[in-house]
Amino acid sequence: MTQATKQESKDHAFHMFQKGIQVGFPIMLGYIPIAITYGVLAAQSGMSIIDLTLMSALVFAGASQFMGVNMIAASAGAVEIIIATFVLNFRHFVMSLSFMNEVRDSVSLKGRTGLALTLTDETFAVSALNKDKAKQKNAVFFFLAINLSAYLSWIFGSFLGGLLGEIIPEQLSQSMGVALYAMFIGLLVPSVKKELRIGLIAIIAMLINVLASQFVSSGWAIVLGTVLGGLTGVFILKEKKQ
Amino acid sequence: MIFLIIIGMALVTMIPRVIPALLVNKFLFKDWVNRWLQAIPYAALGALIFPGILSVIEDAPHIGLLGGIVAIVLAYFGLNIVLVVIGSIATVFLLTM
Repeated sequence: MTQATKQESKDHAFHMFQKGIQVGFPIMLGYIPIAITYGVLAAQSGMSIIDLTLMSALVFAGASQFMGVNMIAASAGAVEIIIATFVLNFRHFVMSLSFMNEVRDSVSLKGRTGLALTLTDETFAVSALNKDKAKQKNAVFFFLAINLSAYLSWIFGSFLGGLLGEIIPEQLSQSMGVALYAMFIGLLVPSVKKELRIGLIAIIAMLINVLASQFVSSGWAIVLGTVLGGLTGVFILKEKKQ
Repeated sequence: MIFLIIIGMALVTMIPRVIPALLVNKFLFKDWVNRWLQAIPYAALGALIFPGILSVIEDAPHIGLLGGIVAIVLAYFGLNIVLVVIGSIATVFLLTM
């Protein structure tokens, strides 16, 4: 490679990274207040700032961290907490399988591992709905930027909450609880507008989730909604292609 | 003890996340499995939105629901997703005043 083309390829990678940060911005917007709330609760339940920040850095899964903090505060057993975390986060296996199948040819094993370790509901949703980027050069930088900006804002918010306590007025932080749901809706609606049957897949998944949550924990209910709702896509997406 | 809990939580979260990344190119999926996996994002979004959105404000499911409806309307009119999020937050904020 000549010096000039090397520079060009670097510029392009940087450009893809910037694009990823742009697309990932709504995640940061949603994560920071929730992470601060987590930090506040964790500190109140007696965890040290180091522990609660470490949990964000190593676990990086919001709902399970809230649950973990609650269970630690209630002095639940370690095994019980860890099993509950596994159940709640198992949905990421399904999401990871779906997304890794999209980038199997365009992202290296190293890149895929990095993306998988930082996969959350939100980074998966944003990445999967921008999967057209997977076919472009330097795709890994685009997806890495989404995950990394989410990861860092989650850790930073947790630390801030643990350090400063309730720096956001309660009413505002409560209202910000809707942020990630609104982001999910904002991701789904344009796809449904383009292809109405995608909405059908989502609605079936919602109904399965509601039904399943009568019988199993919310973690398994989301897994069932995702897997079985997705299964309807085998038939629903087939007709589209013809 | 808390440190051990954190490590345990991290491992059981990390392993399911990373297994597909390591193994995905060892398999060639049938066409219908690919369609299944392609539908997962939409199904996941559905399952993540509902009924979770009803619990945004404790004991007031209608507030989360209205926040969601505002998000649908704003997104339908093609607003940037950041504005969709802000509009929805503002709705819930006003309703809890």
